[in-house]
Amino acid sequence: MTASNERLPRLLALVPYLLNRPAITVKEAAADFGITPKQLRKDLELLWMCGLPGYGPGDLIDLSFEGETITVSFDAGMNRPLRLTAAEASSLLVALRALSDTPGVVDTDAVQRALAKIESAVGKAQPAGMVVGLGAFEREETAEIRAAVQDAVKRERAVRIRYYSQSHDAMSDRIVDPMRLLLVEGRGYLEGWCRSALGVRLFRLDRIDEVQVLDEPSSPPPHARLTDTSEGLFQPRDDQKIAVLLLEPDAHWVAEYYPVDHAAELSDGRTRVLMRYDDSSWMVRLLLGLGGDVHVEQPVELAGEVRRRAEEALRRADHLLSTQDV
Amino acid sequence: MAIARAERLVNLVLCLLSTRQYLTAERIRAIVPGYHEAPTDEAFFRMFERDKSELRDLGVPLETGRQSNAEGAEDGYRIARRDYELGDIDLEPDEAAAVALAARLWDSPQLTGAVHGALIKLRAAGVDVDQDAPAAVEPKVRANEPAFPPLLQAVQAGQTVAFDYRKPPPGGQKERTVEPWGVVAWRGKWYLVGWDRERDDTRCFRLSRIVGTVRTVGKPGAFKVPEGVDLMSLIARTEVDPHHTAPAKIWVVKGRAQGLRRHAKIIEERDGGDVVEIDLKFPDSAAKWLAGFGPDVVVLEPEVLQKSVRDRLQGALEGAR
Repeated sequence: MTASNERLPRLLALVPYLLNRPAITVKEAAADFGITPKQLRKDLELLWMCGLPGYGPGDLIDLSFEGETITVSFDAGMNRPLRLTAAEASSLLVALRALSDTPGVVDTDAVQRALAKIESAVGKAQPAGMVVGLGAFEREETAEIRAAVQDAVKRERAVRIRYYSQSHDAMSDRIVDPMRLLLVEGRGYLEGWCRSALGVRLFRLDRIDEVQVLDEPSSPPPHARLTDTSEGLFQPRDDQKIAVLLLEPDAHWVAEYYPVDHAAELSDGRTRVLMRYDDSSWMVRLLLGLGGDVHVEQPVELAGEVRRRAEEALRRADHLLSTQDV
Repeated sequence: MAIARAERLVNLVLCLLSTRQYLTAERIRAIVPGYHEAPTDEAFFRMFERDKSELRDLGVPLETGRQSNAEGAEDGYRIARRDYELGDIDLEPDEAAAVALAARLWDSPQLTGAVHGALIKLRAAGVDVDQDAPAAVEPKVRANEPAFPPLLQAVQAGQTVAFDYRKPPPGGQKERTVEPWGVVAWRGKWYLVGWDRERDDTRCFRLSRIVGTVRTVGKPGAFKVPEGVDLMSLIARTEVDPHHTAPAKIWVVKGRAQGLRRHAKIIEERDGGDVVEIDLKFPDSAAKWLAGFGPDVVVLEPEVLQKSVRDRLQGALEGAR
């Protein structure tokens, strides 16, 4: 939306908003509308020129905003906001329905009451044509971990976690100052300040094996910032390595499952992708698992490492299985 | 001084809200400040048409009707207050917190904009929604596929769409024509559910596989979504049975393959490693997962798993040449 077509809806909402909040400050009102105090004053000056036919002193909207606070003394009949558009109603209702269908995440009772009230206030609601399922497939163990983490976030307590890092295939014990529990793309994450890594980290709940809520407050340093999720959880970085892979049709899912920089479908049905990675051992594990469905074009060292690990694995299996008493 | 367009529109809304009679365009031109600036009839009608369509886009219910049946009576306009005004709403603090959380759900410019518009109106109705209040759980849904905005619009307008759809190889790319019933987010992915005209059947499409632009076909309101369609269940029916598990016996190097160890139970020590037992929840993908650990694991049982891990390792050896 451009600034100009946001203005009219705001102008229509302002008078009822102010009527509901006698003597509110310019600053507070501007913050609620997401505009600057200067813009708000311009809006008020404009409204002050509007009113009912006749347009005499008694017909115009009357407001005072000389000082820091705003008072409406005549509303010219504009005392209720305009009803929600279909897009506005559905953006809110679909989100509420998604929350209410996700037990254990929020207070679903409050969500359902809010949903019912908004549905009835909106009236004549059309079906939204949009459904959102937040729910993830979650093991029983993970549900318990989530409950404990949620409790720590709510009570603002630090936690000690036993965490499996998939990129390093390693377990570690860490103390984390929880900041929030994120639910993104069907997965739960604990986001917090990791005292070992000295940075904000996302911990996948299904990789937390143990959690202990500590008797000390969660105290992330003031400069700790929440991750901006709007562009996805994982952003490409310059210090990452890049592999060039040729995927057979059976491995095409890799291009959809992992963020890839570039994917080009070849005439023989294979797909060439450029894929970023941090940790070589993680990439080697992925490639070993894909077996013959992938061909490593670059870097050569990566191909060499895959070969070495595969050879060693086959040798070890031969040796171990031949000595096994069957 | 010229009167700002926003000012003229606010005055037009106030004027039409305050009247019970239908006001003709000519009457509005004479009353509402700003229209007198139009130098000609034609300029006025252009101006008025634009204003009407802007108000309708914002959801202002402009009513059209005639004041009398008298001959020569013209169409006029008014706004019925009961259609214009948002109903009464009063939220308890926990309900308002739920609304604030719902409003933060979207990571999508289109939906964030719409929800912002909704919140402004709720606040104007006297509801206090604190958007910055911290929540213990923060669910987020992204909708950044380029196909999302046009599809949602087509769904809401009931308009048929056509687009190029790429299936994973060897499926190839084909044009599909679909009566869109709804868009569904499931496990972080967006799908379109609708009636595929060529295939003459219900189909689900992944938005990320739509190539290029979404085109509309025909007029809005051209089809009806069948009663009782459960969009979510059409997507979620491909669910695998998570209860199906298969036991396996695996040799693991000491201190290695932690990803496997955390789900396994050690039963004995042997050849400098541990023999573990594990219940594999997804036997089909287990070979892929186990092969990834390379020489750190050797599958002892079952034989079929042992063989498919070996096949993968052989394949990897060739693929890396």
